[in-house]
Amino acid sequence: MTTITQRRSLLSSNVRNFIGLLFLVTALATIGNTMFAEGSIFYVSTYTITLLGKYLTFAILALAVDLIWGYCGILSLGHGAFFALGGYAMGMYLMRQIGDRGVYGNAELPDFMVFLNWQELPWFWSGFDSFGFALLMMMFVPGLLAFVFGMLAFRSRVTGVYLSIMTQALTYALMLAFFRNEMGFGGNNGLTDFKELLGFDLQADSTRLGLFIATSVVLAVAYGISHFVMASRLGRVIIAIRDGEARARFLGYRTDHYKVWLFVFSAALAGIAGALYVPQVGIINPGEFSPLNSIEIVVWVAVGGRGTLYGAVIGAILVNYLKTRFTAIMPEAWLFGLGALFVAVTLFMPNGIVGLFRREKSDDNNDDGSDTTPPLTTTAEAS
Amino acid sequence: METTLHKVRRAILAGTSYELDEPVFTPKLDVSHEVLLYVEGLNVSFDGFQALNDLNLYINDGELRCLIGANGAGKTTLMDCITGKTMPDSGDIYFGQTLDLVGRSEAEIARLGIGRKFQKPTVFEAHTVFYNLELALKSDKAVWPALRLQLSGEQRDRIEEVLSIIGLTANANMLAGSLSHGQKQWLEIGMLLVASPRLLLVDEPVAGMTAQETERTAELLTSLAGDHTVVVVEHDMEFVRSIARTVTVLHQGSVLAEGSMDAVQNNADVRKVYLGEEAA
Amino acid sequence: MTLLLLTAPPSAMAQSVTNTPDSPAAVDIAGLSATASKLAKAKLRQRAAIVSELEASGGEAALPLFSAMLAGDLRYRKADQRIVTTGEPVGDDEIVSVADAITGEALESASEGAFRKVRVNNSLRIQLRKTIARLTLMSSKPALREQAALNMLSKPDADNLPLLAEALAKEPDASIRESIELAMAVSTVKVSTDSTARLAALDTMSGNLNPAVRNELNRLIAVDDDGNPEEADKAVRDKAATTLDGIESRVSFFRFLETLFFGLSLGSVLMLAALGLAITFGVMGVINMAHGELIMLGAYTTFVVQLLMPNHIGLSILVAIPAAFVVSGLVGILIERGVIRFLHGRPLETLLATFGISLILQQAVRSIFSPLNRPVSTPEWMSGALELNPVLSLTYNRLYILVFALIVFFVLQMVLKKTSLGLNVRAVSQNRNMAKAIGIRSERVDALTFGLGSGIAGVAGVALSQLTNVGPNLGQTYIIDSFLVVVFGGAGNLWGTLVGGFTLGIANKFMEPVTGAVLANILVLIFIILFIQKRPRGLFPQKGRAADS
Repeated sequence: MTTITQRRSLLSSNVRNFIGLLFLVTALATIGNTMFAEGSIFYVSTYTITLLGKYLTFAILALAVDLIWGYCGILSLGHGAFFALGGYAMGMYLMRQIGDRGVYGNAELPDFMVFLNWQELPWFWSGFDSFGFALLMMMFVPGLLAFVFGMLAFRSRVTGVYLSIMTQALTYALMLAFFRNEMGFGGNNGLTDFKELLGFDLQADSTRLGLFIATSVVLAVAYGISHFVMASRLGRVIIAIRDGEARARFLGYRTDHYKVWLFVFSAALAGIAGALYVPQVGIINPGEFSPLNSIEIVVWVAVGGRGTLYGAVIGAILVNYLKTRFTAIMPEAWLFGLGALFVAVTLFMPNGIVGLFRREKSDDNNDDGSDTTPPLTTTAEAS
Repeated sequence: METTLHKVRRAILAGTSYELDEPVFTPKLDVSHEVLLYVEGLNVSFDGFQALNDLNLYINDGELRCLIGANGAGKTTLMDCITGKTMPDSGDIYFGQTLDLVGRSEAEIARLGIGRKFQKPTVFEAHTVFYNLELALKSDKAVWPALRLQLSGEQRDRIEEVLSIIGLTANANMLAGSLSHGQKQWLEIGMLLVASPRLLLVDEPVAGMTAQETERTAELLTSLAGDHTVVVVEHDMEFVRSIARTVTVLHQGSVLAEGSMDAVQNNADVRKVYLGEEAA
Repeated sequence: MTLLLLTAPPSAMAQSVTNTPDSPAAVDIAGLSATASKLAKAKLRQRAAIVSELEASGGEAALPLFSAMLAGDLRYRKADQRIVTTGEPVGDDEIVSVADAITGEALESASEGAFRKVRVNNSLRIQLRKTIARLTLMSSKPALREQAALNMLSKPDADNLPLLAEALAKEPDASIRESIELAMAVSTVKVSTDSTARLAALDTMSGNLNPAVRNELNRLIAVDDDGNPEEADKAVRDKAATTLDGIESRVSFFRFLETLFFGLSLGSVLMLAALGLAITFGVMGVINMAHGELIMLGAYTTFVVQLLMPNHIGLSILVAIPAAFVVSGLVGILIERGVIRFLHGRPLETLLATFGISLILQQAVRSIFSPLNRPVSTPEWMSGALELNPVLSLTYNRLYILVFALIVFFVLQMVLKKTSLGLNVRAVSQNRNMAKAIGIRSERVDALTFGLGSGIAGVAGVALSQLTNVGPNLGQTYIIDSFLVVVFGGAGNLWGTLVGGFTLGIANKFMEPVTGAVLANILVLIFIILFIQKRPRGLFPQKGRAADS
């Protein structure tokens, strides 16, 4: 009789390897930034540190999209909205921290409200003086939106392409809304000119390094939790829903509940990523809601390899590195490149980079229940 | 042959015993009149097409019933109504004396103890055979508990028993997607067995099976009857003859005839419908 | 011009020409010019008499001279005292163009110093105004008479009344008589002290949509800062209030029609944009995110066609329609053959790949045509508006696009219903394997269907080029809306797209005044999300067993 084993620990080999590698990179970058002088080959500039920090927030975001798309088969074209909402929550806290150091020197109101002749802070801005409250909102607001949307969509069994279109329309509508000054989020310009976070000067090198390390830690934790979820029975039900939702339903699973749960979890994760992103780039504006942003996230995951957690991380970092290089050399070529990437990935490497690598390794890599590549559903007439 | 039957009986006994200590909500099933499933006056129409037409059907507790009928006779629609996939326009479906099934979700009906096997084998291809069975176990199916659920020793034994019944013990760690068609059929049957449902609805179980596999399936289904109630939809007349005690013939959405295989085959209405169709 | 053509029937115009006694042909232009020359040397006091003389002898022919004189543009040539008008001085020598003040005939250009201005004072201006009013009111041209009446309507004055009465007596055209009567009524209400006459005048004004009428009525019911009515006569006040109410309700009715028209117009655009999608998505089940860019290509095709035939802008749109169909259709076939057919049965992958294609097309257009908007001109026959009354006017471009959208819709319906391509398309969409089994070349049908849907997108682009800016982002603006129309209408048949497009368009335009454009957009979106709760497959769902899986 075959022995059937179940691996269910928070620190399985997969997670250990990932966190080890992440720790190594973070430590090397930190040492390079602090111990070595400019000019040394080991020197890592603060600019690079911030860039790395940004990539890591994108990695968290990619993780969120991978959970919902790679593991549950729900292609969300609106995750940029959750990311941006988390970012706005952080931005609102940072705006409150400016105090009377704004252009108008008004301690009660952010500059843009003074500019619009507003007399008092709108109700939805209250509480954002407190970091704790803001932290809660970074997860709660995206989570709540995901909950409401998920309840409506999943209960009425909106699936597939229809669902994707609805998520895209959702982020598009939010973009239109946030462009309006009347919304009270700074309109077109968004929120910017931040001064400090928890008392640390955002321009200081040490703060930037700190944010990078914090992002790295959050990514490690998010990875660990995602892995834990996906290796649990819950994760297996989610994959079951992806491959045979009707079957799962006839086995007694309320699949809509599972989907809503995962959607909310994923949205909150995206919100956290957005909250970490904003202090590092120093601005949040409605452009983050643009449908193109959301669909770019999907391509990160597709390039890396959906249905594997590390694939999403690899894809996010790789594509964004390419984007940084490309836009620096020939900016107009980037959209050609990105477009070609979409087509190439879907046509030639449906399982992403991880998939290419896996094929060579054949099937001795089934070391972990959480990493499952979705089967390619090809229909008979694809001749 | 003896050994298979023996195993099945043991599996069923094990199934009923572990059911006792599971914290699963199961409203009391009242079968005091010996009828497990009542279907009365059922009507379903799609865009003006009357799929079910005032259909009445009674399935006794522990019975093995075969449903036959031409394409479009309403067999699959009937299954859809019982399992909550399709909402009937009118009519009642009762599970036991008291449980009204109309308006309940698929998941709720499944948790009441009604299992269904699809026409096309549907298993979770990205999961191993073992995990497929684990997911089918009778256990708490809510979201949050699923995060912490661990297999108990008994559940593990139960899965292993089912594995040996369906002959997939050696394939337990294989991905279900890499099984052969026949093995997938067996795995799906195994997924029903492992939950030990009160009522089993089986849609064309032997489609695509070899003669040997068909024989085994017939054995299994007949051995299940008694402790479980089994309703089989099948086109293969030989197969129906080999397992059936009572056969119900559906025609144009209602029951045309009911009785033993021989009685049904000699029924004038049935002959007219079938021969008429063949002649045309 | 439109207005006049509509209000004055041709028969009335012909009649008025023959009936007017002093037709311009009878005027002695040379004599008139001689009389006019007297203006050069005359003293200001004498000029009034010369004007009267000119009016008496020249009548209508002297109108251009009077207008120029009133505006202070009249000059005389120092050399021969000829009365002329001059243009703006050009160059160091301050050369001006010169034209005869009466005939408008162009004369030899000369230095500005060669001319002197014909001065006018206030009393002369008053005289000129009256003269002009009289001459235009009695003009042989119905257009001028109508215009004069409307001018007097908007400037009610006691002096108008005798002039208008005189004109009314001679006026042969019924519709101009109405305008004159209305102008008299407004003046009467304003200046008369006779309560009965004013009440009768208010009756004449009842139901009229001219803004001048509403202005006068509003003045009558106005109250001053202390809350006292400005108008002393209570009967007139009350009557004015009821008359105004009547007019306002008519105005709001026409405003409603106007909003409805805007809604129908937006709906026709949405439907046009979504029709191609209804074919590729609805019939083939292929989700094409590059659909918006195919629309954009159609719009750019219009631009290129206009570049190629700059002298035939009117014709260019008609040429652009088939051209855009071919361009977008071919690009569509290319996309289908090159990418989509390899992704059969994988809708989400198709979505991603076609999105990539949309990025490439956008960037290609940016590289070729620049990222800025390109100007596409509107042909003459499509500009302007159909003015039904002073409140309601329908712009021709929207009207034509509305009609065009319906034509495209019905042609497409016919293609799907009556042609063999349509039959094959429907067969393949319902049961691919069966279609193949009976010998339909499904590959070819796929490519052609996709080409058809894409071609329709291109045609939609031609229409859009007449309404919005043609730029690389044109497609993005419409893609989400188009999908919403198809989702709302249902993928089952084209009627869903028609109903969906018009419903969303009308809903949007009726909400806009209340909520603002952005919020209206958002509300429509929320409505659709809630709607597909109830009907996940839209208004007109695909029928049959296949749709269930």
